[in-house]
Amino acid sequence: MATFFGEVVVAPSRAGVDDEESAEEAGEETPEDREIRRELEKKREIDVLWTLKSGAPAEGSADEPFACSKFIVAIGHSAAAFLSSFILDSVCWEVVGVVKLWNEWCRTSNTTNVLPTDSFCLFYRLISDPTVLLCQCSCYVAEDQQFQWLEKVFGCMRKEGLQVTILSTCPVADYKTQESTLTLPSPFLKALKTKEFKEQVCCPLLEQPNIVRDLPAAVLSYCQVWQIPAVLYQCYTDVIKLDTVTIEAFKPLLSSKILKSLVKDVSESTKFLKKLLTTNETHNNIYI
Amino acid sequence: MFVPCDRGGGSASPDFKGFTLLMPAVSVGNVGQLAIDLVISTLDMTKVGYFYTDCLVPMVGNNPYATAEENSVELSINAEVYSLPSKKFVVLQIRSPFIKNKYRPFCQMLLSWVKSSNFARVILLSSSHAYQRDDEQLLGTPLRYLLTPDLEKAIGGLMQELNWKEMEKVAAYPGINDTEKILHIPGGGITKLLFKESCSKGIQMAVLLKFCSEGDNIPDAFALVNYLNEWLQLIKSEVSTSNNSTDTSSQWKIPSSWRLLFGNGLPPALF
Repeated sequence: MATFFGEVVVAPSRAGVDDEESAEEAGEETPEDREIRRELEKKREIDVLWTLKSGAPAEGSADEPFACSKFIVAIGHSAAAFLSSFILDSVCWEVVGVVKLWNEWCRTSNTTNVLPTDSFCLFYRLISDPTVLLCQCSCYVAEDQQFQWLEKVFGCMRKEGLQVTILSTCPVADYKTQESTLTLPSPFLKALKTKEFKEQVCCPLLEQPNIVRDLPAAVLSYCQVWQIPAVLYQCYTDVIKLDTVTIEAFKPLLSSKILKSLVKDVSESTKFLKKLLTTNETHNNIYI
Repeated sequence: MFVPCDRGGGSASPDFKGFTLLMPAVSVGNVGQLAIDLVISTLDMTKVGYFYTDCLVPMVGNNPYATAEENSVELSINAEVYSLPSKKFVVLQIRSPFIKNKYRPFCQMLLSWVKSSNFARVILLSSSHAYQRDDEQLLGTPLRYLLTPDLEKAIGGLMQELNWKEMEKVAAYPGINDTEKILHIPGGGITKLLFKESCSKGIQMAVLLKFCSEGDNIPDAFALVNYLNEWLQLIKSEVSTSNNSTDTSSQWKIPSSWRLLFGNGLPPALF
């Protein structure tokens, strides 16, 4: 097709298969190309390291799948910060796993002592009930790594009696509605649930034609296919960075069956949120 | 891999022996996928399983074919299988693009599922870049078909009766050597690969495609689904008394998920 300036360009298409990748070319891959592709694939492999038994971390899956009754996954900075503010603390929870990954958007940090703005993916277990597992995943998991994440994480747990809760955020500009998104009171919560999930949801369901993508979609798809009760709470927000208004939009979840018993002291939450606010302010100030 | 919806009570996987499988290629304008949406929505097909794969970009949403409050809360994923046993008809709908370098494994997996399920035949709905047509293709119908040799033997005559046009082969080296001709489906996604593999594996496959460009592809979807209907007679075509045509456009049911295809409402403050 020709642009306004008369140059001829290849029209982008939704076909999903670039014509450069067509069958003829792929057959001509040299051993060097294959080696490069293999190296790239290896670099993009994700590692899940568990420390379920006390002692040194064990690579990959534990000796045998561990029992899990509740799996709460927070994807994105705000969702992870919500769990840090209202659920997690160093007394009742212990770190039992970490995901190491690299892609063009981020590399996970090596430590478990992370800031809310870092890129990390950590697993915590409730000390009083080791079948309750929590995951904070604030790094971006690329589309070619999402399936790996699913298989390596869910592959380690027994699925009987498992219930999954997923928290994530999304720009409100992506929300499709008859009205304009400018007039919508954001942030707001919408939910999607699998067939097996029979409990009450804490907010309205996500209407057609809206869809969810990326890791939250991958986890929910997995649960739908393998008949695991699961619910996804997606917060539509107009703030890109970590902010307390978005974090607090998740508060209705604190009265849900899964999270009710895990909520920590209100004063702790307020302290954490205040600290978050001041940290953000310092970083946002471009003047010395 | 195919995962049936209903796995309780020891019921076996649904039996697709002798069925026709209809599926889209993710191609220019998403015309195949839109046409499949029309088929599933109009025939009110039942979901019987998922195509669980690491080759497609993940996505979820609520039932795209919802007609009422009650049936709007069923979750849908990126690749699902629907069935209409009375017509021995199964449809695979694909809702997201391929992950890089994963289209080949997907084709392998799909064709081995076709073989192991003993489908009688596969019909692939697809499309191709309209701007790559040659002078002859610019005239006449924009719809084309292709049949694998095994299906050609079975129903080749029917295509003649329907007066359908077979997809033309193009010169492998245009301008240099016009004698060597190859099949070229630009913008067709995995269409060519699936067709070639089906030819070599003895699978009865038909490809129905339309030349189109990116844009509002709803009319293209209607054209393609009417084309399919000329052959399969999925819905009765009424003869319109006013212009004596067998136009079935009004009888295809548009699914509720086609709302807001081109964006949200406008902010009042704009005016």
